[in-house]
Formats: sequence, C-alpha cells, structure tokens
Amino acid sequence: MTTATTEHGHDHPKHELSHCARRIYAIRDLLLEKGVITEKDIQCQIEYQEARSPANGAKLVARAWVDPAFKERFMADPKAVCAEMGIDASAINEFVVLENTERVRHMVVCTLCSCYPRPILGRPPDWYKSFNYRQRSVVDPRGVMREFGLDLPDDVEVRVHDSTADMRYLVLPVRPAGTEGWSEADLAKLVTRDSMIGVMDPLPAISE
Amino acid sequence: MGRTLNAEVGKFKLGDRVTVKFEDRPGHLRTPWYIRGKTGWIERVHGEFLNPESLAYGRDGLPKKTLYLVAFNQSDIWGRTSNADKLLVDIYEHWLDPASN
Amino acid sequence: MARGHHDVGGLPGAGPIDQTEHQLSDWEILADAVNQALGAKGIKRTDEMRRAREEMDSAAYRDMTYYERWIASIEAILIEKNILTKDEIDRKLREFDAKWGEP
Repeated sequence: MTTATTEHGHDHPKHELSHCARRIYAIRDLLLEKGVITEKDIQCQIEYQEARSPANGAKLVARAWVDPAFKERFMADPKAVCAEMGIDASAINEFVVLENTERVRHMVVCTLCSCYPRPILGRPPDWYKSFNYRQRSVVDPRGVMREFGLDLPDDVEVRVHDSTADMRYLVLPVRPAGTEGWSEADLAKLVTRDSMIGVMDPLPAISE
Repeated sequence: MGRTLNAEVGKFKLGDRVTVKFEDRPGHLRTPWYIRGKTGWIERVHGEFLNPESLAYGRDGLPKKTLYLVAFNQSDIWGRTSNADKLLVDIYEHWLDPASN
Repeated sequence: MARGHHDVGGLPGAGPIDQTEHQLSDWEILADAVNQALGAKGIKRTDEMRRAREEMDSAAYRDMTYYERWIASIEAILIEKNILTKDEIDRKLREFDAKWGEP
C-alpha cells in the first residue's frame, strides 16, 4: 500500500487473510468507490498514527524532571504544554497528568474498552487491551505491577484510574535515583511506555 | 485548573461523599458494573461534557452532563484489601446521589 | 438486563498478563486508519463504535481479536447509517474470493 505500511506492517498474502480481515478491504474499496473517504484520508491517518509513540511522553517526562516550572505548567495544562513542545495532543478531549511520588503510584486502565492517550503515546500495547488486564487492574493492581517487576511496600498508596469517559491519563513517573545532572535526552531513555501507564517504575540509572 | 476550582459547575463539590446509583437499564452506559452502588467522594470536578449515552445512538449528546473524578477506597469496593489503596473512576452526575450517612 | 460483555472490571478468572506484542498486520493498520478517517470526517463517533461492540454477539466479542472487533463494529455502524449494505460487502468479498482464492 504505502511505505509506512510496508515498513511497519506484516503483510499476509491476500489468499491467507481470514474472512474477517478481508472484510476491511471490502469496506475500504466500497467506501473509496462511493467517495465516502479518499485514499489520502486513509494515508493521513496512517501517518498520523506512525508519528505517535512513547518517545513523545518520555520527552515531556524528562523535561518535567529537570525543570520544576515546566512540571508545574505541565500538570496544570498538559495540552498547552504539549503544543509548546511540538506534540499535537489536540485530539485528546481532556488530558490529566498523574504525578507519582515515593508514597503514591498511579496505574491507568480502561475496563470498558481500551481508552488510552493515543495522540501522545501512539497505539496501546496488546496487553493493555487484554481481558486479563481490564479485569484484574481494578481489583489486583499490585499483582499486575508485580508481573511487570514492581513490588511495592504496603505504605505506598496505589491509585488505579479507570478511564471511563473523555479524560486521558498519563502517569508522570518518579525520577530514578542517581540521575542528578543527567541530560534530558538520557533521562528520556529511562522513561518506558509502561512507566507512563503506571504498571512499572522507569528504568533505573545504571552507572557504566 | 479552571474546571476543578469552578464551584458553579455541577451540584457536587470537592470532598462530597457520593453513592453511585445502582441502575440496570439498556443502552451505552459508561459506569462500570463493579462501582454501581458503591460510596466514595468527589476528588475532582472535570467539567461538563456531551452525554455518551446519547452520542452512542447518533443523537447530539445534549444536555451536557457534569463529569466527576470519584475516588473510592479499594477496601470499600472489594472488601478484602486492608491497605489505603484507591480506585478512581470518571462518573457523570446523573449516576451519583449524595451519600446517606 | 445484566452487565454487558464489555463490562469486565473485577470479573474473576483472569490469568497472568501476556506481555508479548505483535506487529500489526496490514489489515489491522487499515482497520485503524479507516476507523480514524471515518471519525475525522464526522461520519461516525467513537461512542457509536463502542456501542456497536457492546451489541455484538457475546461469544464473538470474547473470541475475536481486537481489530476484528473494530472491523465488525465499523461494518455494523456503516450499515446502520445506510452508507453500505451487507449485500454490497458480501458481494465484494465474493469478488475477492474469486480473485485471491478462498481463505
């Protein structure tokens, strides 16, 4: 189809596609024939999605770690701050940043479907959309975190957000110890996608 | 944040204790089953939004509904946690009653 | 009534979280893009798509993959809005079968 899909898509020979998968090609062809959407409309969306990735979030988090004034503005008006940083978050209706501390950790889920801050972070991982995550995160968040390698003591409060409406939540993780004086670029490398969903902390600073 | 501090929006204020209605009716409902009938408190006033229950059927979503972030003690929802963990859900005003106690 | 099949928060019987991630197939990327394009043109709202998935057959809801559910809901909403008919889609599929062979 395009360079974007051939770079990132796993292309099945057409005869191997299931009937369900074929249906989207049928729908696409019919919509194009009827002029409901155009090839350009489809291509625009593919490119929009390809441009979104956890790197956007990591950039915001790293700057928030080094610049307290930026962090304050980021917490107060995340969409405006995204625009300043050249990140187009306009498709998010409402954006809330949840700040982790040594005493509090946040975790985000959408039990009813799979709402996720796609305009910032790109597509959610398969596990975020899975029934197991949607079922368990509200009742056993600590168990879920343990699977991701995060074992929290009882005196840390876990706050799970179920995004049931138009709010999209991004976790601002705790800055790892031993990163004083680090550049934003190096700090951003510690900020994993999963730490911005809240199932784990960022990567630790490892001295080389 | 403008919305949170705007005391004029909606009938509930920060800190108000609220109980989620236990309704069971057809339609596109965005109040999860596990939270219906549970009591928590208003943590944030998000503001007014079009009603998804109407939008889901191609209607205009009016009148807008006030949306709240409602916090609950995990121990109050599932009955088995003894720690201070919380569960927070975005709930529309028409699903909330003042808590009676 | 009773809780919808999509309303799964807190349901028992969930297992460990499978953290493997798969690269999207072309048809999944296309489903995503068609969905977004229809939304961008104001032809459908996300709320309608969610409702369509809630109205699906419950067994299909659990058995289908994520993007298969999206395709099913895209189809349901386009038919509901009289933009496409099931016959047209089926006919197009038969053309594909003739061109590519049966799946």
